[in-house]
Amino acid sequence: MPSKLEISPEQIEQQKLYSEMGLRDEEYASIKDILGRRPNYTETGLFSVMWSEHCSYKNSKPLLRKFPTEGPQVLQGPGEGAGIIDIGDDQAVVFKIESHNHPSAVEPYQGAATGVGGILRDVFSMGARPIALLNSLRFGSLKQPRVKYLFEEVVRGIAGYGNCVGVPTVGGEVQFDNAYNGNPLVNAMCVGLIEHKDIQKGIAAGIGNTVMYVGAKTGRDGIHGATFASEELSEESEEKRPSVQVGDPFMEKLLIEACLDVIQHEALVGIQDMGAAGLTSSASEMASKAGTGMTMNLDLIPQRELDMTPYEMMLSESQERMLLVVEKGREEEIAQVFRKYDLEAVAVGEVTDTKRFRLEHQGEMVADVPVDSLAEDAPVYHQPSAIPAYYNDFQAMEPYVPTVTDYQYTLHNLLRQPTIASKEWVYDQYDSMVQTNTVVSPGSDAAVLRVRGTDKALAMTTDCNSRYIYVDPEVGGKIAVAEAARNIVCSGGRPLGLTDGLNFGSPENPEIFWQMEKSVDGMSAACNELGTPVISGNVSLYNESFGGQAVYPTPVVGMVGLIEHTEQITTSHMKQAGDLIYIIGETKAEFGGSELQGLLEDRHFGPAPAIDLQIEAQRQNQVLTAIRSGLVQSAHDLAEGGLGVALAESLFEQELGCEVTIDGDPTTALFSETQSRFLLSVKPEDREAFEKLIPEGRVIGNVKGDGVYRILSNDQVILEDQTTKLKQTWKGAIPCLVKSKV
Amino acid sequence: MRFAVVVFPGSNCDRDMYFAVKDALGEEADLVWYQEADLSSYDAVLLPGGFSYGDYLRSGAIASTSNVISQIREAAEAGKPVLGVCNGFQILLEMGLLPGAMLSNKHLKFMCHFETLKVENAETMFTRDYEPQEKISIPIAHGDGNYYCDEATYQELKDNRQIAFTYENNPNGSVGDIAGITNKAGNVLGMMPHPERAVEALVGNEDGLRLFQSILTHWRNNHAIKA
Repeated sequence: MPSKLEISPEQIEQQKLYSEMGLRDEEYASIKDILGRRPNYTETGLFSVMWSEHCSYKNSKPLLRKFPTEGPQVLQGPGEGAGIIDIGDDQAVVFKIESHNHPSAVEPYQGAATGVGGILRDVFSMGARPIALLNSLRFGSLKQPRVKYLFEEVVRGIAGYGNCVGVPTVGGEVQFDNAYNGNPLVNAMCVGLIEHKDIQKGIAAGIGNTVMYVGAKTGRDGIHGATFASEELSEESEEKRPSVQVGDPFMEKLLIEACLDVIQHEALVGIQDMGAAGLTSSASEMASKAGTGMTMNLDLIPQRELDMTPYEMMLSESQERMLLVVEKGREEEIAQVFRKYDLEAVAVGEVTDTKRFRLEHQGEMVADVPVDSLAEDAPVYHQPSAIPAYYNDFQAMEPYVPTVTDYQYTLHNLLRQPTIASKEWVYDQYDSMVQTNTVVSPGSDAAVLRVRGTDKALAMTTDCNSRYIYVDPEVGGKIAVAEAARNIVCSGGRPLGLTDGLNFGSPENPEIFWQMEKSVDGMSAACNELGTPVISGNVSLYNESFGGQAVYPTPVVGMVGLIEHTEQITTSHMKQAGDLIYIIGETKAEFGGSELQGLLEDRHFGPAPAIDLQIEAQRQNQVLTAIRSGLVQSAHDLAEGGLGVALAESLFEQELGCEVTIDGDPTTALFSETQSRFLLSVKPEDREAFEKLIPEGRVIGNVKGDGVYRILSNDQVILEDQTTKLKQTWKGAIPCLVKSKV
Repeated sequence: MRFAVVVFPGSNCDRDMYFAVKDALGEEADLVWYQEADLSSYDAVLLPGGFSYGDYLRSGAIASTSNVISQIREAAEAGKPVLGVCNGFQILLEMGLLPGAMLSNKHLKFMCHFETLKVENAETMFTRDYEPQEKISIPIAHGDGNYYCDEATYQELKDNRQIAFTYENNPNGSVGDIAGITNKAGNVLGMMPHPERAVEALVGNEDGLRLFQSILTHWRNNHAIKA
């Protein structure tokens, strides 16, 4: 069966060559059992990518089952390219987040660009037009030259791809912490809009139907990318640069338009993109989901390079490729649709009733394995977990309560922290307006896009404060979901559901696995309480760099909400002088994992801020009701940097001023990060109606037209500065860090 | 009035342009695929923004060699309004319908935000509904928007009043703060800012709408005269 030049099955076993492809001894043994013989080189490759963590979720599956995934609004939960949620009027929203951490760590421009390309394909392969992109990014300290390079190139890569395909990049988050010095996180989220009737599935149904290949030719790039993404980064990772794919956004743009045309064609049976593990995963998953088999003739695969082996073709992760199953005899009709865009759709195989995945090459059968064994039978590991010593220490600590004396200096310093500072340097490079639906562009709590032809709008955000998750994964997991929902609510939307991007270190480390377990527990609890099911997601493990330093546990939440009427769209920016400033929720001295703690101590420790999910849900409902009643001028959640920072951020857009009186210890009142708090501004004439809806809302001051940010405590002015000066600090911080020569 | 929006492979502001004409202006518009285009029956030709052919080779260079180009040239010679925005402007430059060339932005980064423009010539068929020297706010979204021409050409542009819009705070390094220019006859306008993104208050403002209204007013007046 194998070609003569190829390494023999015996050699693979004897020299344990399978372990170089990422397979363990026991995994190899069970492959032998499944086949009843030794796998050849190509087959070993098929199993190694399909059984990698990236494709099989073999380490994370037991945790993912804990997520609530159902709800009356859910049309498609996890398992397809992306999840789908009903928004009424026969329309639905399709979304998913995906990581591209490992590629971005070694080749940031292409790593980030192809991350965007991949998530777009997941969404339009469902039949949806992509309407928005978001990104959740983590970098180390911008004072390190390598980090600065990664930051600049990742942003440029996202821009280069997203701008070209004409999908606006409307939001996301960028955070910085030493924990990401060696291993940046690049998670891209795509949101699409679809008519119910157009929803597609990636299935290879109908015995005898034809398998067609469309898009870019297959090259040697990205071979074994999925396996690469399932290992720690090491000195040798540089050598895996060839595992990083190269993107062609122009090809992607043609594919988007052609695929949206082809889904209207009745001869189309199934469609799926070739993402991680390329042809292998798309083909075997489509057959497995339909309960069929598939035969492909690899000689027919469009190839970019000469003499590609079956192994190379099947494991290539060349970008911008799609696999289609079409009714037999109607191939030419489908090819016609693609020809308009100068794309070639080629018949490469056939759906069979054998339930086997068979590959032919140059007249030889080069692989013959049960389809389900690739797509379904990957081993599932229940990794041992252990409570890290640091966590017990943190829990036992007295709460950390700092005291600062110079509030003005501290506020400037916080506004200068790159995690808090304006991200304009980043998002100005993204086309955030193309498609002309962007109502609230980057910079507010959530991005908002109107749904053309209706009076509705969609709010979307990504959130994850990994510092809280590091100090307490369960509480931090709750906060991540709650904060995302808070941002949607502050924009006037009802949270519909979320996609999760779970980024962790090695699951084989029991302490890391414990972080995974606990954060998933916390997130699930919050999803249940807030009514936001998980409809799609992605797991990226082994985010560890040289020396076994794992990133902070970073389970990113990408959330979408529905705004019923465009007039209810609300931003965090205060609107006019004279409005009353309300705070909702009391403030306690909670600084574990806070920005102020990071600033003063250069590390994070102690218990995380507490969160009561019932109170959170209740407050979110109250705030949403007040917004829908037209009583709220601006709404902002209190997050990193507490009230002091939130107030400043709310004043920047119109360079307004404020006079606010605080109670109790000023450091706590200004900078504590107690959860479930909102900062709202309300017109004086709406005071009574507003307080009827939110009785515990407390007026702390009002908006001023003088452009002065003023805080009083015990009738004394304790902080006073020009809003424009604070804004300068906030706006200038990242450009300054990027420009400085370290 | 009937507008043709010419769609090249890689155009991505085509639908925005279409909606601007159809919904905001309230006139007829068609998305016309570059290979199937018959522009003869249209009253105006719009070249939308985007990345035609991925901007490979040079922005707008490959599109400027496609078959539809001769029809665009005919429309321009017939005096029909021809508007190229962003990538459309780059195509008009590559075609030679407008003088000059585009360089990368001076800071070498793509930029997307609202910019204040000054209407330098409010007497063209594209700007007649604006006040002379009026300041308007229109989004830019480009990486190669640094307009360049030599001194003599710049003098000619000024002498012929071909400079339609300038930037108040030049964001990209363009010669003479140029944001948009017309041909000598005044019926071909190329501009980097996106008027089609500024036709609705909900998604920004309506400052760009009057550009489309100007085209319509001009067309109506012409037809009234002919009738």
